Amino acid sequence: MEVILAIVIGSLYASGLYLMMRRNIPKFIIGLALLSHGANLLIFTAGGLSRGRPPVIPEGLEIPAGPIADPLPQALILTAIVISFALLAFAIVLILRSHEELKTDDMENLRENDA
Amino acid sequence: MNLLLSIPVALPLACALLTLFGRRNIPFQRAVTIAGSVLNLLLALLLFRVIRSDGILALQIGNWPAPYGITFVADLFSAVMLIMSGLMATSVAIYSIVMIDEARERFHYHVFFNVLIMGVNGAFLTGDLFNLYVWFETMLMASFVLLSLGGERPQLQGAIKYVAMNFLSSALFLAGVGIIYGITGTLNMADLAVVVRQSDHPGIISIASVLFLIAFGIKSAAFPLFFWLPASYHTPPSPVSAIFAGLLTKVGVYALIRVFTLIFMPETEITQLVILVMAGFTMVTGVLGAAAQMEMRRLLSFHIVSQIGYMIMGLGMYTAASLGGAVLYIVHNIIAKTNLFFVAGVVAHKTGTNDLKKLGGIYKRSPILAVLFLISAMALAGLPPLSGFFAKLSLVIPGLSNGHYVVTATAIAVGLLTLFSMTKIWNEVFWKPAPGDQSTSDAALSWTKQEKICLLGPVVLLAACSVVIGLAGGSVYELVTDIGAQLKSADAYIQAVLPNGGRVP
Repeated sequence: MEVILAIVIGSLYASGLYLMMRRNIPKFIIGLALLSHGANLLIFTAGGLSRGRPPVIPEGLEIPAGPIADPLPQALILTAIVISFALLAFAIVLILRSHEELKTDDMENLRENDA
Repeated sequence: MNLLLSIPVALPLACALLTLFGRRNIPFQRAVTIAGSVLNLLLALLLFRVIRSDGILALQIGNWPAPYGITFVADLFSAVMLIMSGLMATSVAIYSIVMIDEARERFHYHVFFNVLIMGVNGAFLTGDLFNLYVWFETMLMASFVLLSLGGERPQLQGAIKYVAMNFLSSALFLAGVGIIYGITGTLNMADLAVVVRQSDHPGIISIASVLFLIAFGIKSAAFPLFFWLPASYHTPPSPVSAIFAGLLTKVGVYALIRVFTLIFMPETEITQLVILVMAGFTMVTGVLGAAAQMEMRRLLSFHIVSQIGYMIMGLGMYTAASLGGAVLYIVHNIIAKTNLFFVAGVVAHKTGTNDLKKLGGIYKRSPILAVLFLISAMALAGLPPLSGFFAKLSLVIPGLSNGHYVVTATAIAVGLLTLFSMTKIWNEVFWKPAPGDQSTSDAALSWTKQEKICLLGPVVLLAACSVVIGLAGGSVYELVTDIGAQLKSADAYIQAVLPNGGRVP
C-alpha cells in the first residue's frame, strides 16, 4: 500500500510541478491544487498506514487495547485541506478578476510592470 | 502571567472583528486599529520586560501538557519580534489614515490589516510546527487580500505571482511537516529538538530540513527564489508595501532561524556552506537588481532581497555572536526598510510619481522629508552612528573571527553598493533640480495638519528608532548577544516547554 501511495504522491507532485511551469494561468492553478493534494497524501502516508484499528478506547479500559491508528495525521490533513481550499478559492477569483482586467491567461503577458 | 502570551494574538483578532462590524463607520475602524496596535506594542514591551527578568515563558493552550497540546512560547527573540510587529502596526496604522483611500477602507482594509498582524504575532509565538504552518497561512491569506484589494492592473499582475510562489512554499512546508511527523511522531518544536538530537535517522531528517530551507527561503525571498518579491511589493498602496517590506519577509527569516537553531542544527560544514552560499548570492543579486531600477519602490524592493542575505549569513555562521547579529540586523532592517517605503509613499503622494527620472528637487521643496529619508537610507547602507552600522558590524566580526572571509567580504562590498543605490535615490529624487517647468515645481510642499501628523509622524518615529538603536549600540549589542546565546543553546527553550524533560510514557 505504501508503494502505491508513494507512486501516487510522486505523480501528483510531478504533474503539479509540470503544470506550474506552463505559461497558462488556469493550468498553473490546477498545478497548485495537485501539489497540495500531494502534500496531504504525503502526511497521510508518512503518518503510518494501518487497517481496522480505530483509535477508540474500549469501555471499561483506561488505555487502548493493542496498537491503534494515529488520528493526528488525519486532523492535520483536514486542517490543511480547509486552508488549501480557501487559498484555491481566492486564487481562482483572482485569476478571474485578472482575466477580466488584463484580458490574458498567459503568464508572459503579466510583465508590463516588470523591468 | 503566562496567559499574557495569548493576548498578542487575541487582541488583533478582537480588533478585526470590531472593524468587521463597524464597516460603515470609517473613523471607528481607524480608531480601533490604531488603539489595538498601540496596545499590542505596549503589551509586547511588557512581555519583553517579564522575559528579560524571569526567562522564557510557555503557555500550554487548554492546559494540555506539551508535547500533546499546542504550546505558545516566548523567548527573547520572540519578544523582540513582537515589539517590532507592534511598532510597525502602530506606525502603519497611523500612516494609513491619509494614504489608504476610503473605498479600500470600506472594503475591509482594516479587518485584513488586523488579521495580518494576528498571523504575524501567532507565527512569532507558536511552539508547534503545524501551528506555525497555520499562522503562516493566516498571515498569507490576509496579505493576499491586502495586496489585491482595489484590483488595479499592476496589483493583479503582482498578486498572481505573489499568490503562486507563496502557495508553492506552503505546499513544501506542509510536506516537510508531514515527513518530520512521520519520522519523529511529534510536532512540538521543543520535543522535536529533543527527539531529533537523539534520532538514528539523520539522513531523512536532513532531507526534511532541506524542504524547510526551500519553503522558508521562498517566504523570506532568499536566492534563488526571490523574484516574486520585486514583482509584487511595489504594486499595492504604500502602507501595504511598507508593512510587507518591513514585516512579512522577516517572518520567513524568523521561521528559518527558529527551525534551524532549535530543531535542525547547521553544525556540519556542508549545511553551513549551503546557507552561506545562499546568503552571499541573495545579497549580491538583490543589490545588483536594485542598481538597474529607476522606480523608487521597485529599487527598494530589490534591497529587501539583498538585506535578507545578511540575516541568513548570521544563521549560516551559527555562533552565538552571529545569531545575535542576525537578530540585530532583522530589527534594524524592519525599521529602516519600512521607513524608506514610508518616504517613497509620501513622495508619490505629493508628486504623483515614484519614477526617479520624473522626480527631483524635493530637498528644496521639503528639507525635512529629505533629512528623514537620509537617516533611514544611511542606516540601511550601514553608516555610523546609525543602527545599520552596528548591525553590520555584529555580523562582520563573527565572520572574520570564524574565517568566513568570502561571505564577509561580499557583505562589506554589498554594503558599499547599497550606499551607491541610496545616493542614487538621493541624487535623483532630492538633490537634482526638478525636471520640467521650474516655476511650478520649485514651490515648497504644503502639508495639511492631518498630513503632518499621519505622514511625517510615523516617519519621524521610525527614523528616531534607527538613531536610538545606533546611539545605544552598546546595550543593544549586549541584548542581542544574550538572544544569540539563547538561540544557540536550545536547553532553556526545551526546559521551559517540557519542564519534566519530555513525554509521559
